Amino acid sequence: MEDTGTVVAFWALAIITIGSAFMVAAVRNLIHAVVFLVLSFLGVAGLYITLSADFVGVVQILIYSGAIAILVIFAIVLTPQAGRDNAETSMRLPAVVLSGLVATMLGYASIDTNWSISDRPGFEETASAIGVALLDKYILPFEIAAALMLVAMLGAIIIVRDEGTEGAAED
Amino acid sequence: MSVDLEHYLMVGAILFAIGLYLALAKRNFVGVLMGIELMFNAANLTLIAFSRFVESESPIDGHVFVVFVVTVAAAEAAVALAIAVLLYRVRDTVDVDKANLLKW
Repeated sequence: MEDTGTVVAFWALAIITIGSAFMVAAVRNLIHAVVFLVLSFLGVAGLYITLSADFVGVVQILIYSGAIAILVIFAIVLTPQAGRDNAETSMRLPAVVLSGLVATMLGYASIDTNWSISDRPGFEETASAIGVALLDKYILPFEIAAALMLVAMLGAIIIVRDEGTEGAAED
Repeated sequence: MSVDLEHYLMVGAILFAIGLYLALAKRNFVGVLMGIELMFNAANLTLIAFSRFVESESPIDGHVFVVFVVTVAAAEAAVALAIAVLLYRVRDTVDVDKANLLKW
């Protein structure tokens, strides 16, 4: 991808994504961390669109910057006495070393490997192709994912259900 | 100057490392979850980049895989945040260091 617009978009989105991910680790307030997390998700969505993945980019904005961010904010406001502190445990230094090593290893492997790059152009549009693949080649994983969503929803409801108020409602 | 597969893989690697740091070092359960979500994003970004650049018979499969990963990540987030709320209700804390009931 050589055209100037794509190059500028890539570098701007990469800086937004990594900068906000870094800020999630750096800020002291959890609510501020969620705001930077949403910004990082939006940057990743932009990177998807520079890779001509339009459907996945929209899914990213809907599910990650929408639904999952709201879930995280709910979890923060439902635990009020726990504080908004975004502090580290005593394992901070080993975590820095380990994640640095992982980044070095993944970066080295991605540069060192000789990928079989294809010169095909970007996708025209992906939604219909993904839909056909989901209902044809990947029909069984699709059905299992539907069952998984149902089980996860029921599980979340049963986990947080307050036993005391349920008994009171039956009386 | 051009943007190649390696650029996207490097962004994915750095994003994964930041997510790993959050998941390992944060004291708050919700902070750990944010790190896990960032790692999911890093993995998805590399999948989409491979789907765009690497030789393949059906390149759209990478996108389908990302859709499944997003589905499972959403289910995981719902259950994990429910566990955070339950942990707070039972122990009055979401500090992962204080959730040590099973520690020997």
